[in-house]
Amino acid sequence: MLVIKDLRVSIEGEEILKGINLEVNAGEVHAIMGPNGSGKSTLAAILAGRDIYEINSGTVLYKGEDLLDKSPEERAKDGLFLGFQYPIEIPGVSMVNFMKTAINEMRKHRGEEPLSASEFLKKMREKKDLVEISSSLTNRSVNEGFSGGEKKKNEIFQMAMLEPQLAILDETDSGLDIDALRIVARGVNNLKSPHNATIVITHYQRLLEYIVPDFVHVLFNGRIVKSGGKELALLLEEKGYEWVRSEEVNL
Amino acid sequence: MSTITENISLKEQFLDLYRSSSKEIAVNSAPLMNTHRDKAIIKLEKLGFPSRGGEEYRYADIESVFKQDMEKSFGNQKININIREIFHCDVPDIDTNLFLLVNGMFYNNGQMLKELPGGIIAGSLSQAAKDYPGLVEKHYDRYAGSSKDGLVALNTAFAQDGIFIYAPRGVKMEKPVQIVNIMISEAGLMAQHRNLFVAEEDAELNIVVCDHSLSAHRFLTNSVNEVFAGERAQINLTRIQNEHNGSSQITHSFNHQETGSNLATNIISLHGGFIRNNVYVKLNGEHAENHSMGLYLSDKGQYIDNFVFIDHASPNCFSNQLYKGVMDDYASGAFTGRILVRRDAQKTNAYQSNNNILLTDDARMHSRPQLEIYADDVKCSHGSTMGQIDENALFYLRSRGIDHREARLLLMFAYTHEVIQNIKVKALRERIDDLVNKRLRGELSRCNNCAMQCG
Ligand SMILES: Nc1ncnc2c1ncn2[C@@H]1O[C@H](COP(=O)(O)OP(=O)(O)O)[C@@H](O)[C@H]1O
Ligand SMILES: [Mg+2]
Repeated sequence: MLVIKDLRVSIEGEEILKGINLEVNAGEVHAIMGPNGSGKSTLAAILAGRDIYEINSGTVLYKGEDLLDKSPEERAKDGLFLGFQYPIEIPGVSMVNFMKTAINEMRKHRGEEPLSASEFLKKMREKKDLVEISSSLTNRSVNEGFSGGEKKKNEIFQMAMLEPQLAILDETDSGLDIDALRIVARGVNNLKSPHNATIVITHYQRLLEYIVPDFVHVLFNGRIVKSGGKELALLLEEKGYEWVRSEEVNL
Repeated sequence: MSTITENISLKEQFLDLYRSSSKEIAVNSAPLMNTHRDKAIIKLEKLGFPSRGGEEYRYADIESVFKQDMEKSFGNQKININIREIFHCDVPDIDTNLFLLVNGMFYNNGQMLKELPGGIIAGSLSQAAKDYPGLVEKHYDRYAGSSKDGLVALNTAFAQDGIFIYAPRGVKMEKPVQIVNIMISEAGLMAQHRNLFVAEEDAELNIVVCDHSLSAHRFLTNSVNEVFAGERAQINLTRIQNEHNGSSQITHSFNHQETGSNLATNIISLHGGFIRNNVYVKLNGEHAENHSMGLYLSDKGQYIDNFVFIDHASPNCFSNQLYKGVMDDYASGAFTGRILVRRDAQKTNAYQSNNNILLTDDARMHSRPQLEIYADDVKCSHGSTMGQIDENALFYLRSRGIDHREARLLLMFAYTHEVIQNIKVKALRERIDDLVNKRLRGELSRCNNCAMQCG
């Protein structure tokens, strides 16, 4: 589904991703872990189409097509979703209008009719229940005045609404309590199918008790320095990132 | 009628024009209005036309606007077009009492003044000055008369008619009054109308003014509004400016507020080549509240200039200015917001904010807050921003599958809505939302359709 080869990316002349290789197949859950500043959010943003970076080399294929050539909206319409580490507040744009526009743009792309008002509201209700987000939030402007946790929940709500094929969740778990974590996990697990894949970017292995990954990768200083099964997350938790740091010296 | 020649000054030309036309002006107006003309002409002679670089008109090139070749007509107009035919008042979602001004004169369809429910009087100002001289005299030129702007004196000298709206004590207007101000002619034309809106104690007025040009000639309007809000009166005034880009418009609004009154103005500038709006507010009694707001969407070579002057002349008053705009292409403009808090105006709350989105490198905007505060117990704030579209917000929307263009529109629409949401009449607010949306999409025609009526 996603094949990243030797991806090198810099910003303002400084190289941040230094040769990333990663393959994600349909049906898989991958976790990317790593200390602050290692480039996790940069990788996520590059995949979603943020254009403030220079791509120095490498290729990214998504469903067999060159991803880097496409606009953010084309990627989204092709089923890619990014849950933002820091969701943006957009005063004046209502959640309802935002979601309706997004869903209908995607439907148009697939050659489907726009949802009727009642179909749309039904879908809103269903997904709101799934992620236990209250109407007092979805009746507001996008993320405006939401708490940190509410913003994260709202990312999961949007994901549930848009039903992506490849979801990339950038530290959606940070700052959440156990209950919220369960809800996030429910959102992700609900989407799980042999046709979909998820990349969970996280700092802690806590979330991985609820979303069990097939693969864990350690991103360190712009490179994936270690990959393994779910037990790697436990090892990391136990030994800390210092352990990777010392390992890296030996690479 | 006169054709402008280059060498004599603008002032001289208009003084001449006054000498040669004062009879005709007077015959086609009302005695009460006529009594103010000579004084105004002397004032104009003293003040002259505002010059560029002066304190009040620093960026607005008034001279070149007036130097355009335009007819001035003071007699009975013969308009060969059936305006009611061009205007289809069949949009059901906004039900108003409609009045027309054509080239500055009340458009007469038999009835010059109407009595609306509750004893509200509305119609031609010159007719009202004849029928209700006492009422008109109490307010006419009382608020504009002390202005130091030569253009206001010019209007007082030449204005023959306009709209008069009067709400007696305690009467609340049911349907809003809509004034459609039309410019239409077979050659370039200048017109100067004069409106007077009066709400007595505890009365309420809702008025919407729409400025339109219906033929493709150069137009210039220099209009004056005097507005009186008696004690605890409520006035909501919305103006939609939608003339073609070959037209120039200068508006002066003098808003006088007594104790406990609440007056809100919203000026929505959609199209028009040169626009200058002067809004003067005098808070003359305690606990008066004023909201002066504006939204401008300018592109191509449009010039938009808003000047607001809030005079806190009494303690315990509140004022809020909010002006926002989107400047595209090589449009240019200015915002000046002046707040004067007089020495006795303790416990004043005065706020001002001017936000601009500049979509291109060539778009220009000058923003000038001017605060003069002589009282010590005052809450006052001002802020001005020049920005671009928020790239992070844009990316966020696009990452959900919304096209670049649509995402931009959503953001701009949200940005403009902050002003529009203050319009109190719901049907009007929705209508303007729709108009602005169309304007942002480039779908709003800028001449021959009345946007309010046929959108
Ligand atoms: N917009 C930016 N401008 C400059 N440097 C940036 C920018 N975004 C990220 N960086 C730098 O890139 C590195 C990786 O950041 P990031 O991808 O956010 O890491 P992580 O998500 O793993 O914490 C950091 O050193 C950060 O300072
Ligand atoms: Mg990060």
